[in-house]
Amino acid sequence: MENTRAALVKTAEIKPRRKKYNIPIFVILMLGAVAMIFPFVWMILSSFKTTSDIYTYPPKWLPSTFNWQNYSAVFKLIPFARYYVNSIYTSVMQTFIQIALSIFGAYAIVFLDFPGRRKITTLIRTTMFVPMVVTLIPMYLIMNSLQDTYAGIILPQVFSAFTIFLILSFFESIPRDLCDSAKLDGCGYFKIMFHVVIPNAKSSISTAAMFAFLGHWKSYTWPLIITNKDKYRTLPIGMKYLVAESSKEYQVMMAASVMAIMPVLILFVLFEKQLVKSITLTGMKS
Amino acid sequence: MKESARELRPASIHRIRLFGHVYEREQVTTAAILMAPVLVAVFMLFILPVVQVVYYSFTNMTTSKRGTFVGIENFKYLLGDTKFFKAIGNTALFAVLKLIFDTGLALIIALMLDSHIPMRKFLRSTYFAPVVVPVVASSLIWIWFFDPDVGPLNLILQGLGLEPLLWLNGKSTALASILIFSVWKGIGYNVMLFLTGLQNIPDSYIEASKVDGATWWQSLIKIKLPLLRPITNFIVMIGIINTFKVFAEIDVMTPTGGPGYSTAMIVTYIYEQAFTRGKMGRACAASIVLFIIIFVLTQIQGKMNASKTVDYD
Repeated sequence: MENTRAALVKTAEIKPRRKKYNIPIFVILMLGAVAMIFPFVWMILSSFKTTSDIYTYPPKWLPSTFNWQNYSAVFKLIPFARYYVNSIYTSVMQTFIQIALSIFGAYAIVFLDFPGRRKITTLIRTTMFVPMVVTLIPMYLIMNSLQDTYAGIILPQVFSAFTIFLILSFFESIPRDLCDSAKLDGCGYFKIMFHVVIPNAKSSISTAAMFAFLGHWKSYTWPLIITNKDKYRTLPIGMKYLVAESSKEYQVMMAASVMAIMPVLILFVLFEKQLVKSITLTGMKS
Repeated sequence: MKESARELRPASIHRIRLFGHVYEREQVTTAAILMAPVLVAVFMLFILPVVQVVYYSFTNMTTSKRGTFVGIENFKYLLGDTKFFKAIGNTALFAVLKLIFDTGLALIIALMLDSHIPMRKFLRSTYFAPVVVPVVASSLIWIWFFDPDVGPLNLILQGLGLEPLLWLNGKSTALASILIFSVWKGIGYNVMLFLTGLQNIPDSYIEASKVDGATWWQSLIKIKLPLLRPITNFIVMIGIINTFKVFAEIDVMTPTGGPGYSTAMIVTYIYEQAFTRGKMGRACAASIVLFIIIFVLTQIQGKMNASKTVDYD
């Protein structure tokens, strides 16, 4: 058993080097990788092209000159800056509230003993079976008075059972002794949460937060329904309308896409390891 | 001195009796304060809307009027609406095809990534990249790819001397086009899960099977696949739920259901009934049908796999 554990830990990272590389498989994977990455390369290159570059035949790979016109064109066609700010604001708020709720819930479930603990856990778990598309219409009617407000966009998307259970699983790995000794030193339960539990799960919580942020950044259906005015539209909704507005000026659409993808790309490059970890973790937990 | 203080402390804990059990009062009050916002959220965002969606589905509610109880009228309407069945058919077809590609192809890629190759980390990131990119932004790229006149895909086809396709504009190709996009977009997630599963299989199992003379194929069928079963379960379950919920890419790439309603999904239908035609009651009835479909499918999936889990430890 002990050996298996050790092997389990090791195989993930270190494979014996004695074997030769499997070149045919490498080539196939490389071809596949090119197909995966090609759209992004195309997007970035094209965002600098001129209209004539786009409509020439045979197609040009590289833009004839690197011009930033398409980027400024995006801002002229649609209130892009406004959408961007809206997206950042709503995504950050949603993430913040979602993580706070999840920490509260998970802490109470893992560390506190109170009546109905099991039942509440089951109730939270049950919500995972109800996708938001099913409750879209009543939600719309409930939030009707909050149409075209930030609260209307933010509030329905602040709860995720998934995040609660993710954070719950982080908390479960925190040794009980830590809390017990804090308790003996006279800490109250709130103090234990803020000064012992949260600091000990900081990196895991930030992973969950990043995960949540990425989800909110791309969120589409709900913001589409609850916003009518340009003033409150988020990026994905604005980009939907850009398709109609720009009338096949693909180079402008690409410039908008580049800018919309940018924050995600930065997060991906900086935190790829944590991202992958959290994804696989959530996969394993089931 | 410190010791005695510690011993004294437990005595000072206030205990209360609730529902026949003894709890520490401070824990109960803390939990109540922490749980209150969570429970409010659960009530407002799940319990209340779920009750309402059921109730509204039996009314003729529209955007402008509250509506009255009409019994199963909405469900009758759905049963007689060819558009609704078209949407269900499209969704089912899309789900089946996507599951096959997403699971099969992902497993093959994961097996290849698990073999001894250079630049594995780089390759892994590459397959994963489309997953994290927002769906609307990547849809825009593919709208261009699929453009029948100036899209790169048709240019490639023409370059190869093949007939160009209508892609998103063609009745018979629109759904397939979205499927291509969707597999490109989502496969990395499954690859990552399978790969982790494969790397968690202890080398000793594979080594032992080699000693016993098993071929690569035999160790795949007899050891790797059975051990990957829990992950496959998860992938299939999440896959079913997600494809039945699909909307954003459909709505951006083919607004209003695509050519001949060929890319309309159940959610497209719900959206159309509710927000284009204002038929809230009817849209709620369709939502209930969607929920039942997802629920039944995940239950079947769960039942099928509960009996087949293996554990070699």
